[in-house]
Amino acid sequence: MTSGITLRVDPDKCQGHARCSALAPELFQLDEFGNARERLGTCSEPDQIDKAYVARANCPEEAIIITEG
Amino acid sequence: MARAPVTDWASDWDHLDPAWVGNPYPIWQGLRDRCPVARTDRYRGVYFPTRYADIRKVAYDPDRFSSRRVVVREGEYRVNSPPITSDPPEHRPMRMVLIPPFTPQAVAKLEPQTRSVCNELIDRILVQEACDAAVDYAQHIPVRIIAHMLGIPAEHGDRFRAWITMALQEGVTNQAALKQAEQEISEYFAAQIAERRTRPGDDLVSFLIEARHPDGEAFTDRQVLGALRLLLIAGIDTTWSAIGSSLWHLATHPHDRERLVREPALIDTAIEEFLRAYAPVTMAREVVEDTELAGCPMKKGEMVMLSFPAANRDPDKFAHADAVKIDRAENPHVAFGLGIHRCIGSNLARMEMRIALAEWLKRIPDFSLDRTRPMTWSEGAVRGPRVLPIVMAAR
Repeated sequence: MTSGITLRVDPDKCQGHARCSALAPELFQLDEFGNARERLGTCSEPDQIDKAYVARANCPEEAIIITEG
Repeated sequence: MARAPVTDWASDWDHLDPAWVGNPYPIWQGLRDRCPVARTDRYRGVYFPTRYADIRKVAYDPDRFSSRRVVVREGEYRVNSPPITSDPPEHRPMRMVLIPPFTPQAVAKLEPQTRSVCNELIDRILVQEACDAAVDYAQHIPVRIIAHMLGIPAEHGDRFRAWITMALQEGVTNQAALKQAEQEISEYFAAQIAERRTRPGDDLVSFLIEARHPDGEAFTDRQVLGALRLLLIAGIDTTWSAIGSSLWHLATHPHDRERLVREPALIDTAIEEFLRAYAPVTMAREVVEDTELAGCPMKKGEMVMLSFPAANRDPDKFAHADAVKIDRAENPHVAFGLGIHRCIGSNLARMEMRIALAEWLKRIPDFSLDRTRPMTWSEGAVRGPRVLPIVMAAR
């Protein structure tokens, strides 16, 4: 059994540092103003979950929200 | 003119003091331990928060800490360069206009040109007897790229660098130099604007003339001029410093240099770590109302240093903050600032750093600091090597 996560970028906090999209392009994309959005609302692959946590740990604005389960 | 020596870093600091210019990090750690918000009466009163958490609070609070002055210097003279010198709500329209040309997607198109600029410079270095990694390499790369983006001749690079030194270095203590630099840059760009009005091109000068507020109105000439001045000044000595500091680190840490040559895939984490450990840019804010930070009272009208380099060295935020680990996996550093003024050029700077270091390491993998010749660090708002003598291994 795998437990997944819910992934979200808080648009009020994101300032477009673009760290998440560089570290996990399969999980985050940038809009025309360089601000990040999640590509997938949820993920359950262990590799993707690891990358989501790495992206969160590297966001200077603490804009990435991960909810477990 | 010699400056008065610092009597106490907590109550009389001076960022132009030779000890601070040479190696500020131990001074900042001393302050974190005993007086986390330092102060000086110099420059008509400036506070210096040293902890990540306090620097973050200042960056996130434009209501209390205004960007109308962003450089600590002597004298009253103010330079208007929106959006870096704007607060909400004026800040946003010009920022939103400037952002699209600097997204990762947009700057990726400049990679081939950046690579060829770097290789041309390396071709010249390899036939020289002695090499200076700042003078012969780092300082040229951002000038060539921003000149290309603005549609102005790269041959004017010496002039641009002279203006930057006058504005950001001499200008800290010499208002006349600052005014002269501002005036010359303004005249230069006024001529460029006039020319683009008759012959528009595919460049940022033309782009800004055509740009519109969300309500459809054009920006005033003064706003366009201010933004161009900002792009020129902010886009050059910052990245030049970041490339120079990275090469200085590799020239003085052979283990890291050898590892990066052996494992080129580490370049991305290495660059983030160089940005953290040697963040070049320190901004400032003006205190809008009498207030306090971490228990330290602050007076309206005085300045606060916004030292992203100090935030990046706070051991409460970064484990082993003074150790440079080129494979550091968790690195939410703030070299490009925090909040609404995040550096617009961050993606461009990263691209230039990545290519400049990768091309250098491919062709000059074995090099070290030449300790028989002096090296120098810049002083003022931007820190990086200005003279960086290098010995290259015989090939």
